[in-house]
Amino acid sequence: MESRDYKAPKFHYAVNCFDRPPGGINGDEMRILTNLMLAAGLAVASLSVTSAASAAAPQPELAPAPQTELAPAPGAEVEAAESTEAAAPAFEHAPAVEGVGMPTGGLGIQEQVSEVGEQARWFHDALLMPIITVISLFVLALLLWVVVRFNRRRNPTPSKTTHNTTLEVIWTLVPVLILVFIAVPSIGLLQAQYDLPEGETVTVKITGNQWNWTYEYPDHGDILLVSNMLEEEGEQAEGARFRTDADGPRLLAVDERMVIPAGVNVRFLVTASDVLHSFAVPAFWTKIDAVPGRLNEGWTRVDQEGVYFGQCSELCGVRHGYMPIAVEVVSPEEFEQWVLANGGTMPGSEEPVDDAPADAETETADDAEEIAAANTAGAAS
Amino acid sequence: MTDTTATPAHFEAAGHDEAHHDADHKPGFFVRWFMSTNHKDIGTLYLIFAIVAGIIGGAISGMMRMELAEPGIQYLAEWAGEEGNAALHFWNVMITAHGLIMVFFMVMPAMIGGFGNWFVPLMIGAPDMAFPRMNNISFWLLVPAFLLLFGSMFVPGGVADGAGTGWTVYAPLSTSGSVGPSVDMAILSLHLAGASSILGAINFITTIFNMRAPGMTLHKMPLFVWSVLVTAFLLLLALPVLAAAITMLLTDRNFGTTFFDAAGGGDPLLYQHLFWFFGHPEVYIMILPGFGMVSQIVATFSKKPVFGYLGMAYAMVAIGVVGFVVWAHHMFTVGLSLNMKLYFTAATMVIAVPTGIKIFSWIATMWGGSVTFKTPMVWSMGFIFMFTVGGVTGVVLANGGFTNYVHDTYYVVAHFHYVLSLGAVFAIFAGWYYWFGKMFGKMYNEFLGQLHFWLFFIGVNILFFPMHFLGLDGMPRRYPDYVDSQAYWNDIATYGYLIMAVGMLVFFVNTIWSLVAGKKAADNYWGEGATTLEWTLSSPPPYHQFNKLPKVD
Repeated sequence: MESRDYKAPKFHYAVNCFDRPPGGINGDEMRILTNLMLAAGLAVASLSVTSAASAAAPQPELAPAPQTELAPAPGAEVEAAESTEAAAPAFEHAPAVEGVGMPTGGLGIQEQVSEVGEQARWFHDALLMPIITVISLFVLALLLWVVVRFNRRRNPTPSKTTHNTTLEVIWTLVPVLILVFIAVPSIGLLQAQYDLPEGETVTVKITGNQWNWTYEYPDHGDILLVSNMLEEEGEQAEGARFRTDADGPRLLAVDERMVIPAGVNVRFLVTASDVLHSFAVPAFWTKIDAVPGRLNEGWTRVDQEGVYFGQCSELCGVRHGYMPIAVEVVSPEEFEQWVLANGGTMPGSEEPVDDAPADAETETADDAEEIAAANTAGAAS
Repeated sequence: MTDTTATPAHFEAAGHDEAHHDADHKPGFFVRWFMSTNHKDIGTLYLIFAIVAGIIGGAISGMMRMELAEPGIQYLAEWAGEEGNAALHFWNVMITAHGLIMVFFMVMPAMIGGFGNWFVPLMIGAPDMAFPRMNNISFWLLVPAFLLLFGSMFVPGGVADGAGTGWTVYAPLSTSGSVGPSVDMAILSLHLAGASSILGAINFITTIFNMRAPGMTLHKMPLFVWSVLVTAFLLLLALPVLAAAITMLLTDRNFGTTFFDAAGGGDPLLYQHLFWFFGHPEVYIMILPGFGMVSQIVATFSKKPVFGYLGMAYAMVAIGVVGFVVWAHHMFTVGLSLNMKLYFTAATMVIAVPTGIKIFSWIATMWGGSVTFKTPMVWSMGFIFMFTVGGVTGVVLANGGFTNYVHDTYYVVAHFHYVLSLGAVFAIFAGWYYWFGKMFGKMYNEFLGQLHFWLFFIGVNILFFPMHFLGLDGMPRRYPDYVDSQAYWNDIATYGYLIMAVGMLVFFVNTIWSLVAGKKAADNYWGEGATTLEWTLSSPPPYHQFNKLPKVD
């Protein structure tokens, strides 16, 4: 299964960001077309819900402006299936910013954009690093002192001391105390990583494949993205687009980024379709193994919009080094635009025009809306 | 054959003299080296084997550093002889081969097979190992094991030739993910190497428990013997689990079982639990004999007995015991529950306590001593410091909440190379220089030994220290290419390799020069500090020693 055979024709985000090629999911053209139609219908239908969802999001600067762009005529959308640029809502992928959410070649941990990541980074930088540096330097100093003071010339007669109970007790107990001192925040950090906070949660199902990632949004209709690494100019497959700097650095840029909203809990459900993979985004402090037959769960919550990169972190075969991860964090309203533009639905949106799969969504979507509303009320009080 | 060069006179003279049955009677060449039952000869064979495997494993790491010197793919296609995925597969073959060779065919044979065989019987005052012929099969199982592994690089393993599964051989990449006989050959290679180690472990345990000289109680045993004893128990308990796990891999691959396939009710994580139940004790198997050697050497060159002998011995026992209950810290990202992560975090940290006792006891041994800084001693002091650095990053990695970030990155690579390449390997070199004269009857060259140390020390630090930075920066391990911004530290690391390689050149020059033209070694060339029984014998010791058992008081 060569993953790159469905590459999109060459285009650029800024110019034509919705040009989703019909062959997007291995030639499943009908499904895409259906999705597009559905999206167009939902765009209209969900206008009222949009405001509810926006109200639930913590971003206060949520202006109604983008919503006005959200209402293309359904008919126009279908006709424009070949070249959708006019019909789609104005969602544009953000360009990657040099040095943000990617390796910098520096000495330390990447800038963290989640609370848990910030906590973990503090744990390492402010606690572990100083402790281990002091211990290492202490041992080095003792060894150097041996060289200076206890060499044969300065100390021709060796002592015969072989025991010192006090000393032995001290060098057993002091490390124990240091470890306990480390363990307390370590336990707190671990618990925080398992503690998905209350509140609106967007779920993304992530599947690792040899050698790309698929992202599904089970609460947002039928979105299914296949995310492949973008090749350099001149190396890309026939008809595929190549990497530009706006996409991100070499080896990290992908054709389809995972898009998640800022300031909202995001739950990752991770699995694999063939061999082990590992979904890792260093800037979120996220690393979750993708295991066939298991659904691993993790979460993050990022307030800072931007593009964050990661790489597969479990050996998965020959192209292990070439299935990067790019996550774009956008404002909730942009997220909605993106969802609609990709043929999805927002949870809690009104009954879609006709399609069956969307029906199944309705019930959970309603629940989600209630929860969101409740949370907003809670947050306000 | 190193030994023949060392004692050509003995070798030629004793060759055909059947009637001559004194302590120095040696059988003919073939019988002596291929049907050997002499622990010293078998030890020498193990050392030669480890050197050969080390050259191959080290050359592979040189190729990897060469490829990683610059971003992009430079040499893989040329080496693999093919473009594209086949070239990338060759990368995975190299990381797999490097790991397996260094673990199973370099460090273990050198420490346990080589120094263990040579010096455990000498140190406890025994004439030989308990089961000399089993000792021979232990060694000779390793040869086909290595040939199988080496051969696996040249038969189909999926995308191209060779097993590209990583040394951990994780399912399902090693089952459904790698079609062809290559992975089967690698698995059978591990079976043979494992059987070899189990037989060796049985031999060591029996020898140490039953063949100590009169008066040598367990609490009077040299710490090197203690370390081999603990190591042998770890081998005996851990390797059968590996054997089970890789046998299940084999049947999953060939006979349609689904132990590690969720589609048939199995679980890929079961393999990881089994593998690391073996794999974590395995890392102590690789370092414990080093602890023992360093203890001997530090005491010898400080002219003081080891400080806190009992604490040292039981710290190793504690490390061995606790080493069996920390395995899942290798699996912090697989989706363990919170409680499991909390337990494995805490249990792993506990290991730092006995390890700390050892570090401080070594320093206390030197403290107040009259220390000479001969080559074995500088290697040992290098070991103590570098193992401390590798140890404290181990404490960092013990924290499940932190390891999430650096799991499977170069931080982990840096950590385990600090404890192995700068820990275990330093200990091996320390032991090599310490006992070189005893084993081969000729002294190594002190200047070349020191030069070897400093080049190697500087080289490996430049090679591995920047990997901490790369790991914290997010560079995943087992990658043939990396983001352009990480070029600087990768470049530096490759220069470190080159310096280390020059150091190794000095090592080979020293070894060959010393075997040919080294000064004759005295019985106890280290003087008053060297108090264990091997120093009461000639250098090299008689072919059969302790015909009359020594008495230890």
